[in-house]
Amino acid sequence: MSLDNYLYLSAILFTIGAVGVVVRRNAIVVFMCIELMLNAANLSLVTFSRINGTLDGQVVAFFTMVVAACEVVVGLAIIVTIYRSRRSASIDDASLLKR
Amino acid sequence: MEPLLTIQTPETVLFWFLAPLSVLASLGMLLVKKAVHSALLLAWVMVTLAIFYIAQGALFLGIVQVVVYTGAVMMLFLFILMLVGVDSSDSLTETITGLRPIAITAAVGFGGLMVSLLGRATLGREPVGLDAANGPGNVQGLAALLFSKYVWPFEVISALLITAAVGAMVLAHHQRTTPRPTQREQSVNRFRSDSLAGAAGLPGPGVFARHNAVDVPALLPDGTPAPSSISATLKARGDVIDSAQFQLDNVDTSVEEEK
Repeated sequence: MSLDNYLYLSAILFTIGAVGVVVRRNAIVVFMCIELMLNAANLSLVTFSRINGTLDGQVVAFFTMVVAACEVVVGLAIIVTIYRSRRSASIDDASLLKR
Repeated sequence: MEPLLTIQTPETVLFWFLAPLSVLASLGMLLVKKAVHSALLLAWVMVTLAIFYIAQGALFLGIVQVVVYTGAVMMLFLFILMLVGVDSSDSLTETITGLRPIAITAAVGFGGLMVSLLGRATLGREPVGLDAANGPGNVQGLAALLFSKYVWPFEVISALLITAAVGAMVLAHHQRTTPRPTQREQSVNRFRSDSLAGAAGLPGPGVFARHNAVDVPALLPDGTPAPSSISATLKARGDVIDSAQFQLDNVDTSVEEEK
């Protein structure tokens, strides 16, 4: 088995996450799909770290995890705030700026 | 020349066993209706990725993946799901016409591009492997990098974490626009309202001593059920039992001994 297989898996997971962001309507599921994309990117970082024989890729993956945690905290707080005022977690309903 | 990195058979077996499962789980994430099921499938994908990290020599990241993602982040997701309500906007109907075919076409194009790109690209050298870099230990190696070469990004990212925490607190903070009514004001309002019926508190549920469950309305002196004796939640759910069947008139009088 070649190490490329991990990169293929990472590309496939990233693509599935991107489709989920576009297709699903529940804001929380959209956030979960973004998490999936970040995780897929992390997998490729770890694989490249192994290919290059240095730990730099793993350090960057560690930073990505911290950024993902920040994003979840702020994003979920926004979802809760929108839900409190509009009683809905659907991203189609939060289109006030359009009208 | 001897290749620097040979991938052992157990890792190959592990990959071909777990990779299809993780792809299936992430596809299921898109297709299942309930957000809770999506969250559970995502947790499974994250666990498989953690196993891949450990298999690839990233021991620390594998453990952090389990602790931070499947532990903290997914717990936060489930917490918010329960707070917002499980059935919110879960329908899979397409609201923007033609969005789904376009999205799938674009995804197939993007995925195909990435895969063919990876298939054609070469580094021009053999993979090195992490045996040398992990020599003094994976955690020690990461720590040495983190506190020397990457110490400035590390500090910046800690500032980002604090900012995110403050931002979440600001977003979740709810300022009262009117002062909370005191107990005295509530009492005065009860007696000055239109009727005195609720002044002494609402009637409790249950019919005399026959049945005192919370879903049975109390009977008024004229025999009619009192709707205000039932919690509004039970009424909204339709979980109210008719209290007429527990009235004393319906006692079976045929058995003389019991009377």
